Amino acid sequence: MEIFGIPLPAILSQLLLGLVNGSFYAILSLGLAVIFGLLNVINFAHGAMFMMGAMVTWMGFTYFELSYWNMLWLSPLVVGLFGILIEKTMLQWLYKLDHLYGLLLTFGVTLLMEGVFRSIYGSSGLSYSVPEALQGATDLDFMVLPNYRAWVVLASLVVCFATWFVIEKTKLGAYLRAGTENPRLVEAFGINVPLMVTLTYGFGVALAAFAGVLAAPIYQVAPLMGSNLIIVVFAVVVIGGMGSIMGSILTGLGLGVVEGFTKVFYPEASSTVVFIIMAIVLWVRPAGLFGKEK
Amino acid sequence: MKQMHMAKTIFFTLLLLGGLLAPLVVYPVFMMKLLCFALFACAFNLLIGYTGLLSFGHAAFLGGAGYTAGFVLRDWGWAPEWGIVAGTLFGALMAWLMGGLAIRRQGIYFTMITLALSQMLYFFFLQAPFTGGEDGLQGIPRGVLFGFMDLKNDLTLYYLVLAIFIFGFWVIHRTIHSPFGQVLKAIKENEPRAISLGYDVSRYKLLVFVLSGALAGLAGATKVLVLGFETLTDVHWSMSGLVVLMTLVGGMGTVIGPILGAFLITILENKMGEIGLALQSLTGLEWFANLGESVTIITGLIFVICVLMFRRGIVGELLHRTTSKAKP
Repeated sequence: MEIFGIPLPAILSQLLLGLVNGSFYAILSLGLAVIFGLLNVINFAHGAMFMMGAMVTWMGFTYFELSYWNMLWLSPLVVGLFGILIEKTMLQWLYKLDHLYGLLLTFGVTLLMEGVFRSIYGSSGLSYSVPEALQGATDLDFMVLPNYRAWVVLASLVVCFATWFVIEKTKLGAYLRAGTENPRLVEAFGINVPLMVTLTYGFGVALAAFAGVLAAPIYQVAPLMGSNLIIVVFAVVVIGGMGSIMGSILTGLGLGVVEGFTKVFYPEASSTVVFIIMAIVLWVRPAGLFGKEK
Repeated sequence: MKQMHMAKTIFFTLLLLGGLLAPLVVYPVFMMKLLCFALFACAFNLLIGYTGLLSFGHAAFLGGAGYTAGFVLRDWGWAPEWGIVAGTLFGALMAWLMGGLAIRRQGIYFTMITLALSQMLYFFFLQAPFTGGEDGLQGIPRGVLFGFMDLKNDLTLYYLVLAIFIFGFWVIHRTIHSPFGQVLKAIKENEPRAISLGYDVSRYKLLVFVLSGALAGLAGATKVLVLGFETLTDVHWSMSGLVVLMTLVGGMGTVIGPILGAFLITILENKMGEIGLALQSLTGLEWFANLGESVTIITGLIFVICVLMFRRGIVGELLHRTTSKAKP
């Protein structure tokens, strides 16, 4: 079977690849939205945290022979603690200032992190192999499904929806949402808002690190692997708007799929298609697809 | 007030004198590079310092104008003055397109949009057939200005670059001190209020964005004339970050801060290898020898330090100290 002269299995495998990228966009933009909601900071270092997640995974295997499954929780934990350190020592002094200082600070942190990793490991990629249980592929008759990619999409979806559930449906999430609306009032009710802010930043960057672990066996693990990604994620955030958690998830996945299709039908535009969509959305609906402009 | 004016006049005369005599002391090509980056930073400062708009896409104007100028100079054989005009126009056009979209959103979204759009342009220049991809445009001739001034002579070119810089600086100075500049300041201080006073804020923002883009384009086109090549470095987002750093270090919203910042950061970027070697022989630590390759660590560190404790920048801090002393 063919569509526009391109065999269906080829289209489906690109679609899966798009879904994989879309999962990363979804997790990263979700983390950005959660952090922005409470801290009013656009975390430029999100791409670098993603990179660090992958790097730590690689280091865990190379230096301590820790398996992929151990790193799946250990790496987000390490990066999350690192994020808490950053928040405690630097970010917390900036909340009262203009938003742009938070962006500039995290930009500086990004340069620092990438520079340090690059001075140790060089800029070429390090390879990390797919865990044994997920090697190989499943034949589904109409296409061959690589197990690891399917796992990435599945794991990302579970994490995204778990985050959505915690924020929208639990008491903890209610505090978080209230803190986003009016931190002073929430503090007056006896809730430790500064602690909540710190943990939120830690959680947000841990999400990025989780995506990094998932990405380690697919992409080359390299100090600059997050630097172009973060700009695409910014575009995703502009398209979706940061007001809604579900909006971030859906926009991320959708744009990944669109990117995958572009790779099939017009490969030259595959690296720019997200930006083009962003331009069109800004033109037609400036507030973003799910955004509420204040 | 009169004294202040006198001091200003003397200061700028000294600065001009320094500019005229600099090539006697400093290697002219390096000095020209410094001036181009200084103009670039001043153009950027017009947005962040006087309108409160943080653009993270200014590399698009610098590099885009560089590619345009380089292309018309080399492949179409245009005269250098027209190459510079073409580059400037490209900067203005690009800024009009990017600005038109970006001003539809405010605050931090504006920044993200400019960054994303400039990244799009980066991919365009990476893939377009005429840019030479990773190698960039090489062997761009300097040509003969107005048909009689041979720019192969470094000194002749230096004074042209100085004149261009002064022109750009003058345009910015005039803009800041015009009624138009006052409206920009009002937008920076309190945008809703400016709107309620009846100003068409979007139009003002777009206009200043185009002006800033055109001047950044002027800097980019001049730079390509000086160096004779154009590479992807100039359109990459790290260049956008660098100009933010220059302005931040020198002092956002000060007239000469960006110039000082551009000088310092460019010197730092170019001499880092030598500084590292000197530190290595001084301390005996092997690690310093690689400092030249890890410039990003240093720039990142400066960024963090500036944002945390030095937000006024060097010139801003100096001005703050002197004025707060004057008022007991």
